[in-house]
Amino acid sequence: MKRIDLLICCGSGCVSAGSLKIKNKFIELLEANDLRSEVNIIETGCMGPCDFGPVMMVYPEGVFYQKVTVDDVEEIVTEHFLKGRPVQRLMVTEDDKLKATKKEIPFYQKQVKVALENCGHIDPESMDEYIATGGFEAIGKVLSEMSQQETIDVVKDSGLRGRGGGGFPTGLKWQFGFNNKADQKYIICNADEGDPGAFMDRSLLEGDPYRVIEGMMIAAYAIGASRGYFYIRAEYPLAIKRIKLAMEQMREVGLLGDNIFGSAFSFDAEVRTGAGAFVCGEETALIHSIEGMRGQPTPKPPFPAERGLWDKPTVVNNVETLANLTSIYNKGAEWFASMGVGKSKGTKVFALTGDVKNTGLVEVPMGITLRDLIFEVGGGITNGRKFKAVQLGGPSGGCLTEKDLDTPITYESLLEKGAMMGSGGVIVMNDTNCMVNVAKFFLDFSVEESCGKCFPCRLGLKQMYGIMENITSGKGKEGDIEELIRLGNDIKKASLCGLGQTAPNPVLSTIRYFREEYDAHIKNKSCPAKVCTSLIHFDIDKSKCIGCSLCARKCPVNCITGNREDKYTIHQLDCIKCGNCDDVCPVHAVNIIPGMHYETLSAVQPTKKDTY
Amino acid sequence: MSQIANYDNQMYKELKEIISEKKKIRNPLIEVLREAQAIFGYLPIEVQQFISSELDVPLNKIYGVVTFYNFFSMKPRGKYVINVCTGTACYVKGAPRIIQMISEELGIEMGETTKDGQFTLSAVRCVGACSLAPVFVIGEETYGRIETKAQVVDILNQYH
Ligand SMILES: Cc1cc2nc3c(=O)[nH]c(=O)nc-3n(C[C@H](O)[C@H](O)[C@H](O)COP(=O)(O)O)c2cc1C
Ligand code: FES
Repeated sequence: MKRIDLLICCGSGCVSAGSLKIKNKFIELLEANDLRSEVNIIETGCMGPCDFGPVMMVYPEGVFYQKVTVDDVEEIVTEHFLKGRPVQRLMVTEDDKLKATKKEIPFYQKQVKVALENCGHIDPESMDEYIATGGFEAIGKVLSEMSQQETIDVVKDSGLRGRGGGGFPTGLKWQFGFNNKADQKYIICNADEGDPGAFMDRSLLEGDPYRVIEGMMIAAYAIGASRGYFYIRAEYPLAIKRIKLAMEQMREVGLLGDNIFGSAFSFDAEVRTGAGAFVCGEETALIHSIEGMRGQPTPKPPFPAERGLWDKPTVVNNVETLANLTSIYNKGAEWFASMGVGKSKGTKVFALTGDVKNTGLVEVPMGITLRDLIFEVGGGITNGRKFKAVQLGGPSGGCLTEKDLDTPITYESLLEKGAMMGSGGVIVMNDTNCMVNVAKFFLDFSVEESCGKCFPCRLGLKQMYGIMENITSGKGKEGDIEELIRLGNDIKKASLCGLGQTAPNPVLSTIRYFREEYDAHIKNKSCPAKVCTSLIHFDIDKSKCIGCSLCARKCPVNCITGNREDKYTIHQLDCIKCGNCDDVCPVHAVNIIPGMHYETLSAVQPTKKDTY
Repeated sequence: MSQIANYDNQMYKELKEIISEKKKIRNPLIEVLREAQAIFGYLPIEVQQFISSELDVPLNKIYGVVTFYNFFSMKPRGKYVINVCTGTACYVKGAPRIIQMISEELGIEMGETTKDGQFTLSAVRCVGACSLAPVFVIGEETYGRIETKAQVVDILNQYH
């Protein structure tokens, strides 16, 4: 028995911050101090607070260290491991109070871990560790004690809904899959995680792969599938490796293959990788991609549960949906349904990012307010700036404002406000963000990712983008907003798949909540947040300018002239607004002013070609 | 180019072996294309023709798949592909600035390859390291919290 367990977070955040180097340093120093046999080093998946990385925990005490560097390792080994004195300097402090263990840290206090239960606590490459936490008990119980219908009923009673974005009741989907009789059925785990700004599924696959596989096995048994596919995006090489490794280990001991646990249930799965197309996250497109074709969606019905992969009944479930299953079977449907509010049960994993203090991976009960999520768990806004908006649901979702902060997070409440649960990406924005520009960013994404099959999405989104382009470059005109709303609503109604049906949301929701910002862009030719370069100008404050000429020398288009006496002036018509002058000015004499300069304003008038 | 046109080449032998292995799985086209791109660095039409005859799949279908997915390229790419994340988290934290810095440093625009064939500048949507935003990726190495040009230059120098 080892005296100490040292859990080093090797999630993607901490690895990039250097956790592997730290691990090697530990091994080196432990060997030098003859401690190697007393300390058990475990590389875990993401512990959550990526912003504090590299992080680690030391058991039995459960001491939590943050922002550890290679140079700190020696102190931890000699002080903590040898003398039993934890290093306070590396612990989290909050209001000058030391928070020695995880439980005391505010980041963790409002969190409830279900899907992420093991993530950050076990070695994701060790099946034994997974088993030691109760792994494979759920599938064992299901196979030995429950009929398929009973298995489905448990999920129905739990109220679990799809975590991939749509929120479709999982039990109902399984029921369809079960009811459709066929010689062969399939289960697919959707790990395409296309929402830019989300990494929940990645962390689950990397941090607790066995759990996702066990969830898939339960789903497969329930619907009667003997074959499964993991569709994982190519950008996640470690997730692919871990799932493959886990499946190999399971095959060796007979947890995958014929007659699992001596039952009549036989099952195996394989990994297919995505090739960089957002639309492949849509279930029918995903199926076509596995079939080796262009990943274009097809109309539903027929739903995959009726006719899916190779025309056989197929159930597609998201990674997080599957990761909830083992807990539901181990602890019961009532336990799961006791968390959350209304029709949104259980917990949800979110990837908190943007201008929030504690970026990272969090899991909270459904029904928590946005305020608690952003200000309690997330610790508030960075650099003392003001909260402006929060974006949920990625390119399909919308932005919410200060006024909505007390909204409980449920599938319904978010939809009602013009956003959506989506897969769980939460991007917090401070007052330096231009909402028109953010909406344009998402629209650009959807235009590029549109598969091109149906014309409302292919052409309509381009049309909307053109208008947004005009607005942000100073060519916006009266009526543009109304046109965006009209187009947006038409595209939502007429598109073939979820991509087009939701792609106008970012624009529509920002118009709904930040209309005055659109007006400023269109009517005043001004970007109040000073983001859209066409709608700002640079000006040198002559009272501050010391005439050093640095700006003039660094200007790439030579549009700054002057001399020591007269000081320097920017010639607005030639200025490309690169910001070099501002960067180099030693006395901060360069001001960025919202609004076009009057000289440029008269030079830009909408031409026929630019009007849509 | 001559290497690509010569089907006796070692690279094609390697590909042929992979194809016979992958034929065991159902509809292996995308998996085969991925392996082929790993061998050749890109997927010129000659390689697609070869795969077409080996897998007995029409060339037009292969071309359709290659052009559909962002992952596949029909143009040669540099030894190192710099993938700058332009996902949402990175975008709000300044991805456009990073692109500008790299572009200035290497003298290439987005999508281009340096003359010496070392680097290609490319964009990806979210690599799942959003808490480190802004981020770029070279090979399997992720570089996060990039703020200054000096940081960028330091990193690129490691690849010369
Ligand atoms: C454009 C588009 C992209 C999608 N991307 C994903 C994705 O990346 N991951 C995911 O799980 N579901 C995604 N979905 C939802 C899937 O179509 C499907 O509803 C989901 O995988 C079902 O699993 P669930 O019921 O467990 O959520 C996407 C849908 C659309 C329309
Ligand atoms: S948005 Fe860049 S890593 Fe997610």
